[in-house]
Amino acid sequence: MNAPLIGARVARKEDYRFLTGAGQYTDDISLPNQAYAAFVRSPHAHARIKSIRLDKAKKAPGVLGIFSGQDLADAKVGGLPCGWLITDVNGQPMKEPPHPCLAQGKVRHVGDQVAVIVAETLAQAKDAAELVEVDYEVLRAVVDAAAATKSKVAVHDGVPNNTCYVWALGDKNACDAAFAKAAHVTKLEFINNRLVPNAIEPRAAIGGYSRADDAYTLYVSSQNPHVERLLMTAFVLGLPEHKVRVVAPDVGGGFGSKIYLYAEDVVVTWAAKQLNRAVKWTAERSESFVSDAHGRDHVTVAELAMDKDGKFLGMRVKTTANMGAYLSTFASCIPTILYATLLAGQYTTPAIYCEVTAVFTNTTPVDAYRGAGRPEATYVVERLVETAAREMKIDPAEIRRRNFIRSFPYQTPVALQYDTGNYDATLDAALELSDRKNFEQRKAQSLKNGKLRGLGYAAYIEACGIAPSAVAGALGARAGLFEAGEVRVHPTGSVTVFTGSHSHGQGHETTFAQVVADRLGLPLENVDIVHGDTSKVLFGMGTYGSRSLAVGGTAIVKALDKVIAKGKKIAAHLMEAAEGDVEWDRGTYKVAGTDKKKTFGEVAFAAYVPHNYPHDKLEPGLNENAFYDPANFTFPAGTYVCEVEVDKDTGVVKIERFTAVDDFGKIINPMIVEGQVHGGLAQGIGQALTEGCRYDAEGQLVTGSFMDYSIPRATDVPSFAVDTRETPCTHNPLGVKGCGEAGAIGSPAALMNAITDALGVKDLPMPATAQTVWRSLHKAA
Amino acid sequence: MHAFHYHRPASAKDAASLVTKNSESRFLAGGQSLVQAMKLRLSSPSDLVDLGSLKELSFVKASGGGVEIGAMTRHAEVAASKDVQKAIPALATLAGMIGDRQVRNMGTIGGSLANSDPAADYPAAALGLGATITTNKRQIEADKFFTGLYETALEPGELITSVSFPAPKRAAYMKFKNPASRFAIVGVFVADFGGKVRVAVTGAGASVFRQAEMEKALSAKFAPESVANIKVKSDGLNNDLHASPEYRAHLITVMAKRAVEAALK
Amino acid sequence: MFFPEEDRMAIKVSMKVNGKPVSAEVEERTLLVSLIRDTLRLTGTHVGCDTAQCGACTVHMNGKAIKSCSIVAMQAEGAEILTIEGVAKADGTLHPMQQAFKENHGLQCGFCTPGMVMNALEFAKGRPNPTEDEVRESLEGNLCRCTGYHNIVKSIVAGAKAMGGKL
Repeated sequence: MNAPLIGARVARKEDYRFLTGAGQYTDDISLPNQAYAAFVRSPHAHARIKSIRLDKAKKAPGVLGIFSGQDLADAKVGGLPCGWLITDVNGQPMKEPPHPCLAQGKVRHVGDQVAVIVAETLAQAKDAAELVEVDYEVLRAVVDAAAATKSKVAVHDGVPNNTCYVWALGDKNACDAAFAKAAHVTKLEFINNRLVPNAIEPRAAIGGYSRADDAYTLYVSSQNPHVERLLMTAFVLGLPEHKVRVVAPDVGGGFGSKIYLYAEDVVVTWAAKQLNRAVKWTAERSESFVSDAHGRDHVTVAELAMDKDGKFLGMRVKTTANMGAYLSTFASCIPTILYATLLAGQYTTPAIYCEVTAVFTNTTPVDAYRGAGRPEATYVVERLVETAAREMKIDPAEIRRRNFIRSFPYQTPVALQYDTGNYDATLDAALELSDRKNFEQRKAQSLKNGKLRGLGYAAYIEACGIAPSAVAGALGARAGLFEAGEVRVHPTGSVTVFTGSHSHGQGHETTFAQVVADRLGLPLENVDIVHGDTSKVLFGMGTYGSRSLAVGGTAIVKALDKVIAKGKKIAAHLMEAAEGDVEWDRGTYKVAGTDKKKTFGEVAFAAYVPHNYPHDKLEPGLNENAFYDPANFTFPAGTYVCEVEVDKDTGVVKIERFTAVDDFGKIINPMIVEGQVHGGLAQGIGQALTEGCRYDAEGQLVTGSFMDYSIPRATDVPSFAVDTRETPCTHNPLGVKGCGEAGAIGSPAALMNAITDALGVKDLPMPATAQTVWRSLHKAA
Repeated sequence: MHAFHYHRPASAKDAASLVTKNSESRFLAGGQSLVQAMKLRLSSPSDLVDLGSLKELSFVKASGGGVEIGAMTRHAEVAASKDVQKAIPALATLAGMIGDRQVRNMGTIGGSLANSDPAADYPAAALGLGATITTNKRQIEADKFFTGLYETALEPGELITSVSFPAPKRAAYMKFKNPASRFAIVGVFVADFGGKVRVAVTGAGASVFRQAEMEKALSAKFAPESVANIKVKSDGLNNDLHASPEYRAHLITVMAKRAVEAALK
Repeated sequence: MFFPEEDRMAIKVSMKVNGKPVSAEVEERTLLVSLIRDTLRLTGTHVGCDTAQCGACTVHMNGKAIKSCSIVAMQAEGAEILTIEGVAKADGTLHPMQQAFKENHGLQCGFCTPGMVMNALEFAKGRPNPTEDEVRESLEGNLCRCTGYHNIVKSIVAGAKAMGGKL
């Protein structure tokens, strides 16, 4: 038997290929007879298309085909669907205006795709794209979420006030009553800044078509190939699902932005058949900026009511969420289901009411980005709590302790039921690890050096393991949210596992293999994980919402248990024992009280060479699959402590210490978990310090490249102090909760709490760039 | 990138004559700005005359206490040059702060000066040190070289061959980086030639410029407090997402003060 | 500039890539990275941006790290190019810097990794004991969106030590 692998810092199986340049990302793949696509995109935020002239472009060298919205309409290619129906406060369905793959009649954001050119070479496609003449009647644009409902600009016909929906959660009357009796109310108004995800691998797609089979293959940089296939075949192209294979090979980061079905994916797939050629499209970074779904973009007013001791009585939140120009695949559920439900945080606040208005604007669509709704919720709660502590002159850690939930399961007033948690444990550990007790000394030292030092906390919670399908369905999901796994045991006892989860940096090939090898008592190298190909994996909902291990991993565990159970029957037969007397001991079947045993490998061999086999009771072979639909969400939580030093002369904020203590339940590979936290922290720090997607009043994207949009560099972030506490999830067999998003969820609030502490101001907009901080100091002076 | 014709001349002389054959021709030095602009189709020369193999343009020579640097000398070579480090350490430091390692391995001093990017670092050194720019036709004082946004005194077809920097008594460069591009939001080069001080500011205006008030104050007394309270006027300074004219004006003072402190160390 | 088709001459470019002489007929506007990826099919060198910020395309030219997206292939005429595919030993053993990335979990999605390693290799030459701050400064030209740099920095410190200052 091999050493336990759960909890082991195993180096990643996938690293060798990435370190030697042998990874295969979509753009690395070249299909035979491949042509190249370039998209003509709108330079305007809002315009009517008066005419499109293609004749010059058609004559350009190497051009194979040019298609516009009309061509797609003629071919009855549908628009991109939204996967979540939100029902508004009046019981009406949200407004779902058409989202054509190529613009029809109007363009609604800069970068909206107008036409596609397919040519023999990429350079030829781009050259020809410049020859497409589009006559636009430029219209006024609406950009800001806050202005959208009152704007005279109508982004879509039939969507009054540009309002997609007004939705609410919680008991308004109970909340109003709580405020009526409050000793103190803390109120903040803020913008949760729009972000551009910017996975370093730009999106790419290669559509292929075989006349011989009348079948399509789409290679695409995606987080969920099965969902992509389902949406594309059933809702857009009207193709039979079995005729379409979607492969998401190595994917260079996603962070949410590669969940969605994008127009380009549909267009290259469709064009492949029209031209009988494979068609490749790879985004340039400037295209990513205008065509990848953005994240966040909330305008919020939030209030917290307390009694005289700082006990929370009620929370009232009003948010306007920017959907952008169209509803992206999961856009509608982000500022609702994944946001308002998290507003209880780690606290016993008895009454919470949240109202969300989702609006259309002439900007790139907004959808889930790492954390998706939960960072926004955490920002609301933790900025309010920290501000309340300051106003009430209660230590910020203490005010949290006074309000922590300590009895589980806990039903929040905003729909969720937390199964377990230990918030004191992570807070205590974070205070210790951050050396909170010597902060005042460090602050005094900073002051001596002419610098300002501040400390900020964030005690976040998130709902992961998305999601119980029945619950999601009741809330409007148009898909199930289970996961599938298959365990294929080979005759010699090695194992290939197929999972519907997708890895694009998370290291599933290692973590999942650890789970499998540990449970079967096999060496790690005897287990391979396969994902990302609809022709291999039986089904999958994909990877997002920190769900892979909790949902996908559990599906694998269930399949493993079926394998072990079947193996037990085989072993009983081989050892001529009653099944009830056979015990499984990680890799070996033993007959209790005897020295009889059979290894897993021997049993597997017997299953595939069934000469001595219970044919009357069992089929040969050892191959099991399982689908797992979670019983509840999982609730990772933790405390982050950030310490900053501010240069008064320049406004530069330096993060001196960043401490993160998370409770992810059981941990399979601590090294990988720490890596996930580091990455999340950097993205959260990016949101708070450097990243802000900005449009001008005409709807032009001002931050349209890395020359203007600053994702953190190595010098922008510190080394992190991270640790974990373990309160196992109660409703999945691994006891795991998920760790992919936590860093991005907790860090913006911790950092902004620290900066506002250093500056002694109530609030500051994100990102707290040097200029923003300097202005705040300047104003104060 | 649009199509172009590529030329590899055998000498600087050939290069200069090749580039005049078509008005849309451009010299290609390291290409770190030009190739980028061409990729984004913001620049579309008909011909590129690649100076990359012209060894005659790549050198560092100690001369008259200062240094002469060949136009095709890479930033990394200037940063690592013992001659530069000895004569004008601030110049070596500045070269080592340009862009990033990869850019410094390709980018050249001649290319940078000819491009006259308003946020580039080298123009601050050239103007701050009062460099002399030698071309295939003449010598141009730095004071007369930078004429505006991406504009210089260079005539069509004129090729920078070298740049001569006199050695100051002490000097330093302080750069406040753009968080995204890493170009200078404000960069201040301060050089003390013994009672005569030059202060050049990059990043803040349409092109690099001298700050007379600071020069006067520092020439009287080369100390941080001489500039600490100088309020720079924000009129005409650059305005963008990352820094307003007021913020830039403020940063000029802060960076100048810090540059003086560094020069005194 | 638009040329008539007949005026778009293919041009011959020759260089050594990972120790092997190669030559190809390419359009004059071909970037070095396109030559490496599309013509030579060495797809370990990646393209992550179009403004020379991300560094995913970093290769060595004559021993120096450069961004292969920022020069045209003709600028590398006669040069020695080293790409990520040429870093490990011929028998497949990882270079100490690659090994350090693996041991320190210095990569997640792997897309920026080749550029990180190529940059780190030049950085670590002559620097067997770099500080974390020096490493962070040295990564100015490389973006990573996954790791928060924490483990990349650790990897490079460890890799530099293992290299002992020598490539």
